[in-house]
Amino acid sequence: MKRKSLRKRKILDFLSRAFSFCAVLVAVAAMAGILWTVALHGWHALSLDFLLHRSAPFGSPGGIGNAILGTIAITLGASLVAIPLALLAGIYLSEYGHGRLALCLRFAANVLMGVPSVLVGLFIYTVVVVPAGHFSGMAGSLALAILMFPMILRTTEEILRMVPSSLREAALALGMSRQRAILGIVCRSAAPGLLTGILMAVARVSGETAPLLFTALFADSWLSGYFTQPTPSLPVLITEYTTNSPFPAMHAAGWGASLAVMALVLAINLSTRIFLRRKVR
Amino acid sequence: MKRTDFLFRLLCLLCATLAAVILGALLFQMTAASLDAWKRFGVAFLFSSQWDPVAEEYGALVPLTGTLLTTGIALLLAVPPAFAAANFLLDAPKGIASILGNAIDLLAAIPSVIYGMWGLFVLAPFLQQHIQPFLADTLGLGRLSLFGAEYNGFGLLTAGLILALMILPFLCATMRDVLQMTPPVLREAAYGMGCTKREVTRDVVIPYGFRGLLGSIFIGLGRALGETMAVLFVIGNMMELPKGLFGSTTTIAATLANNFAEADRLQRGALFALGLTLLALSLLIQATVQWLLRPTAGKA
Repeated sequence: MKRKSLRKRKILDFLSRAFSFCAVLVAVAAMAGILWTVALHGWHALSLDFLLHRSAPFGSPGGIGNAILGTIAITLGASLVAIPLALLAGIYLSEYGHGRLALCLRFAANVLMGVPSVLVGLFIYTVVVVPAGHFSGMAGSLALAILMFPMILRTTEEILRMVPSSLREAALALGMSRQRAILGIVCRSAAPGLLTGILMAVARVSGETAPLLFTALFADSWLSGYFTQPTPSLPVLITEYTTNSPFPAMHAAGWGASLAVMALVLAINLSTRIFLRRKVR
Repeated sequence: MKRTDFLFRLLCLLCATLAAVILGALLFQMTAASLDAWKRFGVAFLFSSQWDPVAEEYGALVPLTGTLLTTGIALLLAVPPAFAAANFLLDAPKGIASILGNAIDLLAAIPSVIYGMWGLFVLAPFLQQHIQPFLADTLGLGRLSLFGAEYNGFGLLTAGLILALMILPFLCATMRDVLQMTPPVLREAAYGMGCTKREVTRDVVIPYGFRGLLGSIFIGLGRALGETMAVLFVIGNMMELPKGLFGSTTTIAATLANNFAEADRLQRGALFALGLTLLALSLLIQATVQWLLRPTAGKA
């Protein structure tokens, strides 16, 4: 084996440690920079009026109230569709999934998780929007539901697998049916973990833009027709105001909306971490 | 009791099959909707750089190149610091590691549209006024065709940078998880023989977690490949091959987001063909990921 002088090795080691440390610093600094600019620009745009009024074309004073409501409605709709289905699917993979079929389904779920979100938007456009004849908030919800489904499925499976099998055995030994043992004992003991997985997926999906562009579209109105009409949402509002508008006032509104989205996402994320993490462990 | 049990199991199975059903439906729909374009242009569609709605001539070369190049740049820029940061977090004091680790997890949750907006209003002007003049004129790199003499803040490099920033926290978090799976005994033994930290990383940690690391890089690759919003804002959206790193071009996802709303028959078919290409690429990547992570997934 080749010998290297100790000094050379120490210098190399120091350099790579320094690089590691710098990498962390750069990453954190860049991110802090992004958060800071959004907070700074957004803060100037925010006011109670801005949050409570509906958006308006350039020239008239407007807010983001309708987009906030729209985002909440679309995300809620997606959650209602995706959460029960994904939980049951996760239960299947964890509790019953031992064969080849389960292997294939797990593979499909993993692959589905990596499908670009813009393609899901195209898919829902052709499958829901075109046959129905109109853009709608519900179509947006369905697109987001497709994105949420594999995320929740995977976390559910992982978390249920961490439940010790002695719990299952004890429940079955007491004469419980399989279904009651799963729902009443296994899922119950894993509830904080399941909730964490669900909330993380909700947070991630609530900031998605690309799938909403061709499904929910955008509107300056309040939520007049979640099922039949274009529905406003914060991410699409940001896109509209920043890419399709040369006016600084619109850009400022875009920053305000960005701050609102970021606050929403980080609030869900942080509260989940703080309130649920300890219980999971 | 037996019957409810059976029904419950069936219900769960039905929900689980949804994953495969959705995936199949996606593939089928993309293929069916793009059939027109494939019939008209054939495989040559992938290698033609034409995109002319008037003459109804379409080709995927420009957005495909743009997608691959931005993704490549993003990975080149993001992988080394992500690995270094993950490696740092592995041995950092507990308090610092948990704070930084949580911060990085949080940052991975910021919606991509915000990265895009930041790129448009902060990064692109900054690059245009400070970095690009320095690179192109002061260092004279503008004469190289790799960079290109013209710059306006938008283009491949900017998009690559934004993507790199976006996937960095994500890469770092997954790599940290992989690195943590190295048994401490192995590392301690290496330290005990007098290895420096760099040598332990290079000769013990990396070989042990190689598949996992590769897997997380591929997941990052998948994310960068399909990212729409962050790229859309800063790529320049020009249907032309980039004239260098500073040149404007477009990606598949950005083309879809930009043109889909006003496209009609054949152009729509061509857009779906682009979508199918992107879908095929990401399926390929995900399949590779599954293959790479198979043994580790079995253990977890």
